[in-house]
Amino acid sequence: MARIFAYILHSNGELDDSALELLAAAKRIDPDADVTAIVTGSGIDDVCGKAAQSYKTVWKIDNEALSYPNAEVVRKALVNILPADSIVLLPHDHFGMDLGPGLSIKMDSSFVSDVVDIEKVEGNTLKVIRQEFTGQVSTHVHCDISSGAVVNMRPGVCQPAEGQAGEVVDKSGEAGDLSAKRKFVEIQEAEAGEVDITKSDVLVSVGRGIEDEDNLEIVFELAGAMGADVSCSRPIVDAKWLEKARQVGTSGKTVKPKLYMALGISGSFQHVGGVKGNPFIVAINKNPKAPIFQVADVGVEADILEFVPELTEKIKEL
Amino acid sequence: MEILVCAKRVPDTAENEIEINSAGNDIKRDDLVYSVNEWDNYAVEEAIQIVEKHGGSVTVVTVGDDESEEILRREMAMGAENGILLTDEAFEGSDGKGIAALLKAAVEKGNYDLIMTGAQADEGYAQVGGMLAAMLDYPYASLVNKIEVGDGKLTVGREIEGGNIEINEIELPCVLSIQTGINEPRYVGIRGIRKVASVNIPAMGASDLGIDPASVGADAAGVKRIDYFVPEMGEGAQMLEGSDDEILEKLIELLKSKGGIK
Amino acid sequence: MEHALISPAAYAIFGIPAVIFSIIIPIAAAALFAYIIAKRLAPLVMARPDYRFDRPGRRVFNVIKFWLGQWKHPRYMVAGVIHIVIFFGFIILSIRSAEMVIKGISEGFVFPGLNTWAGDIYYALKDYAATAVFIAVVAAFVRRVFFKPERYTYPESYPRNHTWEALLVLGFIAILMVAESLYEGAAVAAQVQAGLESDFLAPATLAWFFKVLMLDSANSTLQGAHIISYFVHDIVFFTFLCFLPLGKHFHVLTSIFNVYFMRLDKGNIRPVRYGVGDEALDTLETFGVKTYQDFTWKDILDFYTCADCGRCSDNCPANAVGRPLSPRFISLKGRDYTFDHFPVFGDFLKTDENIAGTVYSEDEIWSCTTCGACERECPIGNEYINKIVDMRRAMVEDGNVPQSLQKPLQCLEKRGNPYGKMEKKRADWTRELAEEFEVKVLEKKGGSADTLYFVDSVSAYDERMQSVARATARILNFAGIDFGVLGKNEKDSGNEVRRFGEEMLYQELKDQNIEAILNSGAAGIVTADPHAYNVIKNDYNSGDLPPIEHISQFLCRNIKNGKIRLGGPGEEAGQKVYTYHDPCYLGRHNDIYDQPRDVIDAITGVNRVEMARSRDRSFCCGGGGLMLFYEAREDERMGVRRVKMAREAGANVIVTACPFCLANIEDAIKVAGLEGEMEAIDLCELVVQHIGS
Repeated sequence: MARIFAYILHSNGELDDSALELLAAAKRIDPDADVTAIVTGSGIDDVCGKAAQSYKTVWKIDNEALSYPNAEVVRKALVNILPADSIVLLPHDHFGMDLGPGLSIKMDSSFVSDVVDIEKVEGNTLKVIRQEFTGQVSTHVHCDISSGAVVNMRPGVCQPAEGQAGEVVDKSGEAGDLSAKRKFVEIQEAEAGEVDITKSDVLVSVGRGIEDEDNLEIVFELAGAMGADVSCSRPIVDAKWLEKARQVGTSGKTVKPKLYMALGISGSFQHVGGVKGNPFIVAINKNPKAPIFQVADVGVEADILEFVPELTEKIKEL
Repeated sequence: MEILVCAKRVPDTAENEIEINSAGNDIKRDDLVYSVNEWDNYAVEEAIQIVEKHGGSVTVVTVGDDESEEILRREMAMGAENGILLTDEAFEGSDGKGIAALLKAAVEKGNYDLIMTGAQADEGYAQVGGMLAAMLDYPYASLVNKIEVGDGKLTVGREIEGGNIEINEIELPCVLSIQTGINEPRYVGIRGIRKVASVNIPAMGASDLGIDPASVGADAAGVKRIDYFVPEMGEGAQMLEGSDDEILEKLIELLKSKGGIK
Repeated sequence: MEHALISPAAYAIFGIPAVIFSIIIPIAAAALFAYIIAKRLAPLVMARPDYRFDRPGRRVFNVIKFWLGQWKHPRYMVAGVIHIVIFFGFIILSIRSAEMVIKGISEGFVFPGLNTWAGDIYYALKDYAATAVFIAVVAAFVRRVFFKPERYTYPESYPRNHTWEALLVLGFIAILMVAESLYEGAAVAAQVQAGLESDFLAPATLAWFFKVLMLDSANSTLQGAHIISYFVHDIVFFTFLCFLPLGKHFHVLTSIFNVYFMRLDKGNIRPVRYGVGDEALDTLETFGVKTYQDFTWKDILDFYTCADCGRCSDNCPANAVGRPLSPRFISLKGRDYTFDHFPVFGDFLKTDENIAGTVYSEDEIWSCTTCGACERECPIGNEYINKIVDMRRAMVEDGNVPQSLQKPLQCLEKRGNPYGKMEKKRADWTRELAEEFEVKVLEKKGGSADTLYFVDSVSAYDERMQSVARATARILNFAGIDFGVLGKNEKDSGNEVRRFGEEMLYQELKDQNIEAILNSGAAGIVTADPHAYNVIKNDYNSGDLPPIEHISQFLCRNIKNGKIRLGGPGEEAGQKVYTYHDPCYLGRHNDIYDQPRDVIDAITGVNRVEMARSRDRSFCCGGGGLMLFYEAREDERMGVRRVKMAREAGANVIVTACPFCLANIEDAIKVAGLEGEMEAIDLCELVVQHIGS
């Protein structure tokens, strides 16, 4: 069995949620594997230490050129360090999408991405489950791992695993030439909105089911009655009906409320991926097949345009 | 600037219910309509806007069968100057790597400064752009939602978490995968397509590309889809049932107990 | 007759015979006028063709009705009456003014016939006319300056203000009336003083007042007033004439032509290019109005003719709810552009720039619901819908289409409906009827029915509007009609596709529908969708198609002949007060106002009220078809405005006869928070509730 590596994302000295999810994914591939975490960056002893609480081996690649995780630089370092036939796990987020495909080419290994479940390994075949057509159907996919693989895991599909503590190995010296044709310049922060939904305890979140900009009023009224803040899914921001700062999801804000009401939101993983902290989720949607009902705690099959005003009314009566 | 955009013909899933055929090896395609992958369409629009500002030309390439030609014509009606159809029985069933290898061969037949793909397509791998870049040894940026043309390089914005944009400088030639929302693609009507109906679109097979047929296609694919299935419903949400008033009452009780009503 | 005053023709000013001025002024003015008109004609001559020379009889009739008869003016009573007075005053005084000009050269000149009893009548009439015009002008001035009607104001978005023009012209007219009357009054006063025979002056006219006022004035004063007023009249008359083509008063000259050439057919959209058939559209290099050069001569004549009266915009629903569209400025900006680029003095400028986004904003062009209220109101036959559609055609050609419209357009191309629903589900709405009766679905060859029910996309696919389709089917079934639907062979009727400028897509939809209708072998078509009714009747232009009826016409006919009988409103319904909302494509575009009302009134004991804005002044619900997908910038929804109007009329049920109206109004009731208080219902649904009971 090839050696399994998990690339650890981190920011501000903290491990990304994906760090332990990847450990869980690795255990699904090979329950007995000694999974190696790879941490890149500059001045990362603390983070490596944190990773080493769960991973038996942590490879540290400390280099000024890696102070920002530029996929091209990271790829160069990994190609120099990783043994042939490695299985590399990445989160399928903006970084994993940037790094994974190219890494698989340079490693001459297979690439499978947006994996929602890992079935097993049989011989040289890794059997995984993916989804297509925005989650409408699932597929069984076989991936040849005879010369290794890069596997991008959908964030949030694995429960973070507990691992054994281990040690940090400094691989910085083997990183090699880290010059790149793509240079990181800066992060442009999204414009701050009226509200900071990342700090809200109760969110009333609205999606495509609202149909029209004018209908947003009923959502604000409900939020007003509940003392909640209003957030939304991507289509609402794309239509410019609400500001970007209110968007929940992998391309929007990550929120950690106690209660999350999803109104007319179908529940794509990109959206649900932005809801963290295991809140109580209430979903109201007229489509009983909407994926949001899979992740919600409580669901109501109803047209939000009719149901929400009634709910607001009732709450006001309290 | 000479720009190559890689596009794919995909089933238009909006409002179409995707169902699985009886054999379970494919979706029911009879009643589906096809169009160009949405992300690719943004890429073509972006390429056209760059050329409108800075000169050059846009070429659109796709791997597929004869029917894929229609999306090339649609993109040419938008303003792409050339279309290339990579088609060969040997290409069928290629995985991402296979497709990237074909595109690499097409890139090497031309002289392009910039190659664009959509960030992802119907299968959701988000892989071809990154693979193609690595094969060509070109720099790459994914999820690009902003491009400014500089001297021998581009300044590109990538969509990252929190609605933030990661700004990078990237040397030309390079490969970019384009995120939706980067622009507002122009409309293409029947008239536009008819205007380019008779334009010759070269079709290139394995031999034209100098590709060993055995290196691509289903047999060479390291990643294979075995079947389609409808996922078993998990536990899912507890659905509130009853009359409207009963539902409202139950819901309000729940909201109260979870601290949702202040 | 002996004269106490020297006439202008015989008078000398500082030894120079005044007759020289009397000759020079008209000749110089005529030359200048001819030069200006030639310049004004240039853009018309260079413009695209427009076929407006057919059916002269009807056109002359229109001139008599709308121009001479001033038919639409009383729709705005105060302004209308003022205008009618000035208009007829001008017509009466034109003879007198010409006579005066010639009198300056030949003092004894009288038009043939006016030296008889006819002259006695005419001269009395013109004295009253001049007086009436003077009073009307003063009234108009007072309105403009003190009452300032809302519709004359200029928004910030339009930086030019033409109010001064209006006031200047009122001044010109007032001076002309005063001068003519003073000229006459002074002469008669002098005659009376000298004890000579004098012309009769109609009592209580301006001239009569001047005569009375000046009876005691010195002869020299009278002589001065006579001569000065003559030349003031002469100069102002010709200044006014040359000023007309420079602004909004050009309509004084052009309106008769504009009315003669006004559109004769209702509800249709003009072809992409006159003289190019639908089958030859592919040969055209460009579509629509992209630059000024793409306007037809009638478009430019419209620009010239706009009197800036503001009636179009006052009735425009888009303008009312704060959308960036006001039809008045479609004309004014077009005229400004024409005048700027074809100046009277100096070289003509290039007109090859794209007008969408410069002269007219893109939002302005997309904001129109094509409801036709503006055209219906214009007293002088100006047109807007064709211009808007043609500008949209050019934008579609450039791919410049709002994102929200692209998806539905693409769905229309691929699936024949804007929702992207599958073709095979087009007749799914009939399933619920299966237990009651069978609806024939004429999808396969060989199927046939006497009457074809053309459903159209919204009633076929929209869950709510399917109820309208079922109600329609029930009515047809009840009336014992052998009818069928086209099922998947029916495509969207394309009414809005055409009006949103996607002409080629419209052509495809049209061709497919015509083929399917002909294959069905039906002898007649019925539809409950006014948009489908309109486009099939007025745009499809296929002589082979069987006649089409809107369901309200069908109902009215069958109620009158006793085939359908409607019962009373029932206990609950007895509390209801109904009002009928005229759908634009049934009312204004097809003049069907009475039949739907007759159908409602056929319900025993029904209580129906009229909204203030009804019939051809109906207020658009917000627009149908693709308009449902367009996200307009607006302060309030049109539908909300309409629901409030119904409420003001005392109604609690809005009946309409169009699925789009129903959708917009039902939506608006929710938005306005009037659920429970107001409701909306389609005419067919209402009829089904009462049929046979």
